[in-house]
Amino acid sequence: MNALLISLELAVVGLGLAFLLLDLWTPAALKRQLGYAAAVAVAILFCFSFFADPSYVRFAFNESYAFDPLALYFKRFFLLAGAIVLLLQVEFSDRIATGISEYYSLTLFALAGMMFTASATNFAVMFVALEVVTITFYVLTSFQRNNLLSLEAGVKYLIMGGLSSAFMVFGIAFVYGSAGTFAFVEILANSANLAGNSIFLIGLLFVMIGLTFKIAAFPYQMWAPDVYQGAPAPSTAFLAVGSKAAGFVLLLRIVYSVAPNVFHQWTPVLLTMAAFSILYGNLCAIAQTSLKRIFGYSSIAHAGYLLLGLAALNASGASAVLYYLTGYLFTVLAAFAVLVIALRNVDGDEMDAIADLGKRSPLLAGALTLAMASLAGIPPLAGFIGKFLLFKAALEEGVRQPGFYLVVAVAVIGVVISIWYYFGVIRTIYWPRHRSEMATPIEVSPPMKIVLWGCIAGMLFLGVFPALPLEFAEQAVALLSRLR
Amino acid sequence: MSPLTYIICWPLLMAVLLAFVPRDYRFVMRLGALFATLLSLLIAVKMFVQFGAAPLDPSGYKFVDQFEWVKSLGISFYVGVDGINVGLILMGAIVAFAAACVSWEIQHHEKEYYILLLVMTGGILGAFASLDLFFFYFFHELALVPTFIMIGLWGRGTERNFATFQITMYLTIGALLALVGLVALYLASGQQTFDIVKLTAHFQSDPLKPETQNFIFPLLLFGFGILVSLWPFHSWAPLGYGSAPTATAMLHAGVLKKFGLYGLIRVAFPLLPQAAQSWVWLIAVLAIGNIVYCSWVAMRQRDLNLLIGNSSVAHMGFTFLGLASLTLIGVTGTVLVMIAHGLLAALTFGLSGYLYQQTKTLDIRQLGGLMRRMPFIGTALVMAMMAGCGLPGFANFAGELLVLFGAWNSLPWFVVLAAWGALLIGAIYMLRAIRDVLHGPQTNTQLVLTDANAWRKVPFVLLLAALLCFGVFPGLLVNKIKPDAARILKMVTGVDEIPAAKAVAIVEQR
Repeated sequence: MNALLISLELAVVGLGLAFLLLDLWTPAALKRQLGYAAAVAVAILFCFSFFADPSYVRFAFNESYAFDPLALYFKRFFLLAGAIVLLLQVEFSDRIATGISEYYSLTLFALAGMMFTASATNFAVMFVALEVVTITFYVLTSFQRNNLLSLEAGVKYLIMGGLSSAFMVFGIAFVYGSAGTFAFVEILANSANLAGNSIFLIGLLFVMIGLTFKIAAFPYQMWAPDVYQGAPAPSTAFLAVGSKAAGFVLLLRIVYSVAPNVFHQWTPVLLTMAAFSILYGNLCAIAQTSLKRIFGYSSIAHAGYLLLGLAALNASGASAVLYYLTGYLFTVLAAFAVLVIALRNVDGDEMDAIADLGKRSPLLAGALTLAMASLAGIPPLAGFIGKFLLFKAALEEGVRQPGFYLVVAVAVIGVVISIWYYFGVIRTIYWPRHRSEMATPIEVSPPMKIVLWGCIAGMLFLGVFPALPLEFAEQAVALLSRLR
Repeated sequence: MSPLTYIICWPLLMAVLLAFVPRDYRFVMRLGALFATLLSLLIAVKMFVQFGAAPLDPSGYKFVDQFEWVKSLGISFYVGVDGINVGLILMGAIVAFAAACVSWEIQHHEKEYYILLLVMTGGILGAFASLDLFFFYFFHELALVPTFIMIGLWGRGTERNFATFQITMYLTIGALLALVGLVALYLASGQQTFDIVKLTAHFQSDPLKPETQNFIFPLLLFGFGILVSLWPFHSWAPLGYGSAPTATAMLHAGVLKKFGLYGLIRVAFPLLPQAAQSWVWLIAVLAIGNIVYCSWVAMRQRDLNLLIGNSSVAHMGFTFLGLASLTLIGVTGTVLVMIAHGLLAALTFGLSGYLYQQTKTLDIRQLGGLMRRMPFIGTALVMAMMAGCGLPGFANFAGELLVLFGAWNSLPWFVVLAAWGALLIGAIYMLRAIRDVLHGPQTNTQLVLTDANAWRKVPFVLLLAALLCFGVFPGLLVNKIKPDAARILKMVTGVDEIPAAKAVAIVEQR
């Protein structure tokens, strides 16, 4: 057993505890600045993670925790997202009445939970790690305690989260009952026999339904718009990027290394989920006027695109999912960074609040425009290459299952619909219907400038030079598909 | 490095440089754009002149350049020309320079405008030079997105927002359809490469099953067709061009629109030969829709830009008809019409843009007697309109004639309809527009109208000169196009219209 493998997670948990304690000795005026220290510490951990050798699998705790290329890829992903979200929180901190240090600490705990999910190779560990993430998010989403919408978001997230956890526990119980073990490796070894066991299949289905809650995909997508709208913007950003990625790393593991033969047969199920998510998300987003609700619905649609790559069940599909998520990280965090800054003095998040943003701050307007274009999948941005890879992986499987052609067609229609509302945001930035009354220039603080330029660079780099990041993604899933 | 790489890179590089110029330096922006497009034009002219003597790459293309981009997917930056795209690239470079010249009308947000114009130029030239399917599409999108933004930001007219929305939707759907078709081709080949040369060779020796071909071909036909305003998917074009700033209309109607045709000639026809043969009848029918229906619509227009836009859609019918004929003369004519129409569309939209700047309206009923007040612009407009009617001496005549000759044997009735539709109806609306706009009683007498000065004449003179040059010496283009058109046709029909020995002789001659 090699307990040192969890050193990254331990460091993040330690950081979280340290900031809780530091809060006691920090003067009130400086408490907000603690977030910068937390972000820097997480960034250092991110750099530190590159010393780890990602080329082979190491197990710990009776093979319930794996330190493999996929886990390392996602740990880096979460650390990067965590560092940026912490910076957003500092920018947001003037809108949080009390307990700002707890806000930072909870984010760190959620981050640690996500990093554990990246390595979970055992249903028990998976459940515990997911609950760490979900429970911290109950608090993070309702952190603006004097804002009704935020409280409503927290309650909704709690109820839906509780329901999905129930599904998952129920499913895990079924799986354990039929397989006699929690470990992914042992179930995989026995999967040929289990594939005919209906108890096992029901269990697996329930686990998957529970996971669709994390990724906000059909049939568990209802909560996304409300929670996205109500939660404080940095929490929403972390929810959109981190929580979704945590769901996907678990789905990847379960689909590829628990029962690939079962999911091979279930391709129509995955495809149906993808198609409904894409259509639901994109169609509902058209009518929205609240920016965060648009992101809520669009996040459902993006979960659908990602499910398409997952359903492909081939190496290019898995690496496309990783690539897409990485592009999504930069894109969504750029958009939320803009929202955090631009909505500072605004009540709510109606579209009119960013009217004339092009005149008030060219940097913010440019970053949001690029983010929208990337989400819409327009070259030369990350979203285009990501969608290209996902659709290509799906079409590759068209021979096996003609349904892929149909769902790719649905996805293409979804992309066209999405252009309508993404361009609606861009139009409001530059050519608003109603001119904004407070056309005052917006100052952007230096840390936010770093975040914005970093995200812009990330979007462009992934769009123009895909060779290197794609190689990373392929390496990360190489061992995964060999398990198949 | 190949001149092609330079032709593509100069505008893109200048776009990056301009991003660092402070926005008050309007003059620098304009000068930078002019310089970059002029440089591309000069290199394109040099390449065109040297084309005959240039060594042939084993791939069958000249001036080839290739760099790995994403190895695991088989994507590389791969450019090269043969007889078919060498003329198109020259035409694109001429129009790009002319478009930069007429951009003096832009009065706000010059920085963004010139950056977008240069990105669009680089994208257009890159799309026509690419021999890699991925970059082929990528460059096209790179040029398309600025088009939408430019129409939205600097467009004119009351219907600007609707036009922006309509053109965005139509062209995005078209591009996505084509993308799905291209990816399907890539996957169906099983070769793990986007290299057009390799894919062509592969599909020659090992053609796809007819079912697969018939599945992919319509995706490409309608995807590319929407981009070329194939009837009945053309309605975005007149309104979009009518609302676009002059330079954007010139570049899109002139060059970018031809991308779809080029895609059909370069990719869809040679890679999916059987499907192409079974679908040509539909292409011919739709081409007649373009020619007859859109000419008819053009006849009823009251707005000069809408008239030009509809007539430009009508002219696209000739290119489709030439393709559908599947004869060497017809396909050669198609490429010639693509080039001639590119120059012509740029010229007419440039002139109408100039008129709009002076008179602030393009309503034909409110214009009149402009010839006396703007003799140069008037004369140029008469020449452009005449070229549009297919007057001998202009390159359009040569191209349209070849198309009609080429299609006569296989599609005689279509030729009769096309000749009536375009030449007769075309003559009616063109001549009527000349009468109403340039002759007759003067209107707007209170406005001070100025004719183009020496600088502003440059783009129009350049485009007219190119039209006349290729009209009087069509051999300059035809001799280059013909061997490669024969090569592509042989892949489609299996018939060698120029026996190999003769083709070699022609290649050596040029």
